[in-house]
Amino acid sequence: MSQIYAVQARNAVKAFGQGDAAVRALDDVSVDIRRGEFFTLLGPSGCGKTTLLRLIAGFEMPTSGTILLEGQDITTLPPNKRAVNTVFQSYALFPHLTVAQNIGFGLQMQGRPRPEITATVDRMLALVKLEAMAGRKTSQLSGGQQQRVALARALAPQPKVLLLDEPLSALDAKLRKEMQIELKRLQSETGITFVFVTHDQEEALTMSDRIGVMSAGKLQQVGPPREIYTRPVNRFVASFIGETNFLPATRDGNSLRLAGGYKVDLPAGATMADHQAVTVTIRPEQVRVGDALDSGAMAAHITSLIYIGTDTQCHLITDDSTQIVARLQSAASGEAEYKTGQRVGLRFAPGAAQVLAD
Amino acid sequence: MVQSPAEHSAAAASARNGWLLSAPALVILAFAAIGPLIIMLVYSFLTPGPSGNVDWQFSTKGWTGIVYAKDIFDDTYKLVDAHMTIFWRSIKLSVITTVLTFLVGFPTAWFIATQAPKARAFWLFLITIPFWTNLLIRTFAVNQIIRNEGLLNTILLKLGAIEVPLKMTYTDTAVLIGMVYVYLPLMVLPLFAALDRFDQRLLEAGYDLYASRWQVLRRVILPIVKPGIVAGSILVFVPSLGAYVIPRVLGGGKQMMVGNFIELQFGQGKNWPLGAAISMLLLIVVTIALVFYTRAVSGERRDV
Repeated sequence: MSQIYAVQARNAVKAFGQGDAAVRALDDVSVDIRRGEFFTLLGPSGCGKTTLLRLIAGFEMPTSGTILLEGQDITTLPPNKRAVNTVFQSYALFPHLTVAQNIGFGLQMQGRPRPEITATVDRMLALVKLEAMAGRKTSQLSGGQQQRVALARALAPQPKVLLLDEPLSALDAKLRKEMQIELKRLQSETGITFVFVTHDQEEALTMSDRIGVMSAGKLQQVGPPREIYTRPVNRFVASFIGETNFLPATRDGNSLRLAGGYKVDLPAGATMADHQAVTVTIRPEQVRVGDALDSGAMAAHITSLIYIGTDTQCHLITDDSTQIVARLQSAASGEAEYKTGQRVGLRFAPGAAQVLAD
Repeated sequence: MVQSPAEHSAAAASARNGWLLSAPALVILAFAAIGPLIIMLVYSFLTPGPSGNVDWQFSTKGWTGIVYAKDIFDDTYKLVDAHMTIFWRSIKLSVITTVLTFLVGFPTAWFIATQAPKARAFWLFLITIPFWTNLLIRTFAVNQIIRNEGLLNTILLKLGAIEVPLKMTYTDTAVLIGMVYVYLPLMVLPLFAALDRFDQRLLEAGYDLYASRWQVLRRVILPIVKPGIVAGSILVFVPSLGAYVIPRVLGGGKQMMVGNFIELQFGQGKNWPLGAAISMLLLIVVTIALVFYTRAVSGERRDV
């Protein structure tokens, strides 16, 4: 099929309330989600990610803008007329039906013939490994099993897009890791487009083909996990995903002059004028801590060291009072390499400095 | 598990305490419920006394009298159509009342259950207000509304919806209006309790899975709130079947229901055994109806 986009939002606006008191939960969001991709909407609570998901599902109508499903305008179509299914945060399983009846519900409502329903339900039960639970009531299942039923129920009608609204947030850490792998497997086995909503950046990075980072009702950046992590476009994206350092800098010809006169190469594509002041971001793991006497290094001293196992988090302060965090890989010996108060010299990995738009 | 002697005596003591604590309730039940029932059962097998009351002489005429009676003109035994008519009317009106209170009460209960908690308390309070007034007074008030010169007819005439007043007083319709009005709260309250516990998020799950509004109602909401529907139906059907004041006032003594008929036997009819037998029959009918109804609605769906 020629249509490469499963879901598109065009200038979607959703305002709650009237007049001056109106709150724009979604403020002019446009996004193209490709067929067969695992797309994650990532952002803090209240950023509008769930609102966007509900617009796609049809539970809400946008105040303005359009929603397209495989190129077709579905903006005003009710949820039961959209080939889109949702895995709810609360699972919302039907308590009066068995596991098999829950999974077959969508197919039944579509009026599919009974033999087909039975066959699909059996296939779905096998897919989520719940064959033994087919006749149970959903209240007799564990949280992880309920999650699987919710997935199977939403996948059974073979929707064009599967929406997942923070489905893993109710699970404990270990189960959540298992379900992350499980979700990824289901997505590649079924080939269905997944739109996944989460506030957990690690979840987003590990599972997604692409991530859309949202804040204050706006889409801040869309891209693959690596790009989002290494090339954040603004302060929000940089700080929301992983830890980072913000350093003031000035353009000086073909280099950036950081605090203390330390220079790094100007990142490719940087557009600001010469001598313009900007903010750059550098990830803690890209900060190299070395000998204080190294020529050209940024002079600093260690204010605290926090041992985390794989790494040691090293808080530093430069001579001109800029705070920097570095991540030092733990030595095999388990010995601490540095002490609090020690004077050191900092260098940054080539290309580590990323200029932010704001 | 083996209980130690100490544990055993503790368990016995707690069982004994349980009996002691429930003793007042058991005494009241014995005197107020089981006692009168036994008296009624005994009376139904005795002979009517000359001025009411009973003669202590065994007879099955109380029971057979429900169906057969001696014709006063030719002394032959004939089927008593009137009794059957009254029984049938009572059952018919009670079933219709139950259905109507459900149809009116369900949207009301849904409305209340979907309000914010504060507004909910207010609406529930309004629902319970009629309980503050005597049933007899409320029933007479209904009569004032539906009589020929009443509020309803006046408004309809003024609006030009009708040309002559609708004749509603002393009809089955009047009795029905009265019963629906009086028993509606008994349907709304258990329905509200069930709908209040209903997880509204299931509606979105239903719509998401291609169900229409009607299918969501029939396949999701109704099966889940079924216990509330059963409770409400029982609370309305049982007192409807035994209704006395409402058919008396609104039916004007012409549209008699079982309750009025029983009263008649203990009063003017001076046939206590017949009244007692009909009371027992009513009890049996209600019990059978409830057993079947509860079974039918609580039966598990087996499809898919």
